[in-house]
Amino acid sequence: MTNFTWSYLAGILPLLLSGMVVTVELTAASLVGGLLLGIILAVLRISRLRVVALAAATYVNLLRSLPLLLLIFWFYFLVPLLVGRPVGGMTSALIGFILFEAAYFCEIIRAGLQSVRRGQVLAGLASGLTYAQTMRRIVLPQALRNMLPVLLTEAINLFKSTALVYVVGVRDFLTAASIIGTRDNDLVPLYLLAAGVYLVVCLAASLSVGRLRRGYAL
Amino acid sequence: MIAVENVSKWYSDTQVLRECTVNVARGEIVVVCGPSGSGKSTLIKCINGLEPIQQGRIVVDGVSVAERGTNLPKLRARIGMVFQSFELYPHMTVTQNIILAPIKALKRRRNEATERAYTLLERVGMREHADRYPANLSGGQQQRVAIARALAMDPIAMLFDEPTSALDPEMINEVLDVITALAQEGMTMVVVTHEMGFARRVADRVVFMDQGRIVEDSAKQEFFNQPRSDRARLFLSKILQH
Repeated sequence: MTNFTWSYLAGILPLLLSGMVVTVELTAASLVGGLLLGIILAVLRISRLRVVALAAATYVNLLRSLPLLLLIFWFYFLVPLLVGRPVGGMTSALIGFILFEAAYFCEIIRAGLQSVRRGQVLAGLASGLTYAQTMRRIVLPQALRNMLPVLLTEAINLFKSTALVYVVGVRDFLTAASIIGTRDNDLVPLYLLAAGVYLVVCLAASLSVGRLRRGYAL
Repeated sequence: MIAVENVSKWYSDTQVLRECTVNVARGEIVVVCGPSGSGKSTLIKCINGLEPIQQGRIVVDGVSVAERGTNLPKLRARIGMVFQSFELYPHMTVTQNIILAPIKALKRRRNEATERAYTLLERVGMREHADRYPANLSGGQQQRVAIARALAMDPIAMLFDEPTSALDPEMINEVLDVITALAQEGMTMVVVTHEMGFARRVADRVVFMDQGRIVEDSAKQEFFNQPRSDRARLFLSKILQH
């Protein structure tokens, strides 16, 4: 702890920052991928075709019953066997995150869509709008508003979960802190620092979600 | 203008409409009444194709509603509908509620649609609330906006699905007055309602439904003075006691 000074901090800052960039990239990419796949899954889940709805439901329930860490391992060790070459920690982690988050986002989006009264759809259709126009102008804005706080909360979870890439050697923020700590024999302060950063980011995000929730309260 | 011919409808195994036949001529005002669960709301929703039918035929202004290939949005744009629970869009202001369909479905220009919205709001006594959100309006006010919204499409006919059932008693009349004024201007209307006083004043004909069947379809005087069926007589005696 003795060498933990401002100048030392300035020295390790570039490494930590590059780690944070990886963490943010992972979060953003998983968020976008998970949302897109989640929307598709949600639409399939509320389909009137039983087989389609059942398939989507099975996927969601299966993925939600598995530890995320296991999924990351799977894609890290299994996919190379299938494609015949290593895919790298980043790719396998990203695939794992997207598939995993999609299952959660699917449920959030489905609940959001179902939170809009059926009468709203009828009113839109009765006024001469097409089904697509009714969804876009009437149902989606209301659904999105209802599910935004939950989506953001899930995004915060995702941000924290990305630290799991430690196990497949991707140099995210936590991994960077850990590497520095081991190198300089200074693990405790670096883990404290990492905890502090995660805490500040997540707390700030949570508070803004809370504000959003109050602002939108119906 | 509206012809319902031998229409039957099922929800899976339950039959909710049984060979219903009604005709509504241009300018005619038909009140549909009957106990709850008798199929009145379902019938009115079949007229603009919101509910599919399994048997029979519905023709509105020459267009067969349930036929494959019918452009339903185009047909619905010409028939106004007002719902029991108003169904204003909560994320839009009163004006935005009214101009949405004219802009999107009729391709009217925004300022043109807005002008028209203001005129209609004036007519239903809601002009000063043009920029408010539905959540800040009373039920009666919301329903008057919903009527203005339907009128904004310049419909050839209006369908009212229990327009006053969700209202507090003191607000019922403000809505009925608007509907009555519309009737006096010659609008073709089908009104599902329990308001028998309104039916007496405004209707040309009364259709009485029970268990998915049209039990009685008679001129107003005849229906109120000498209903033919026992069911209608019983219904009237129950409802008119209040």
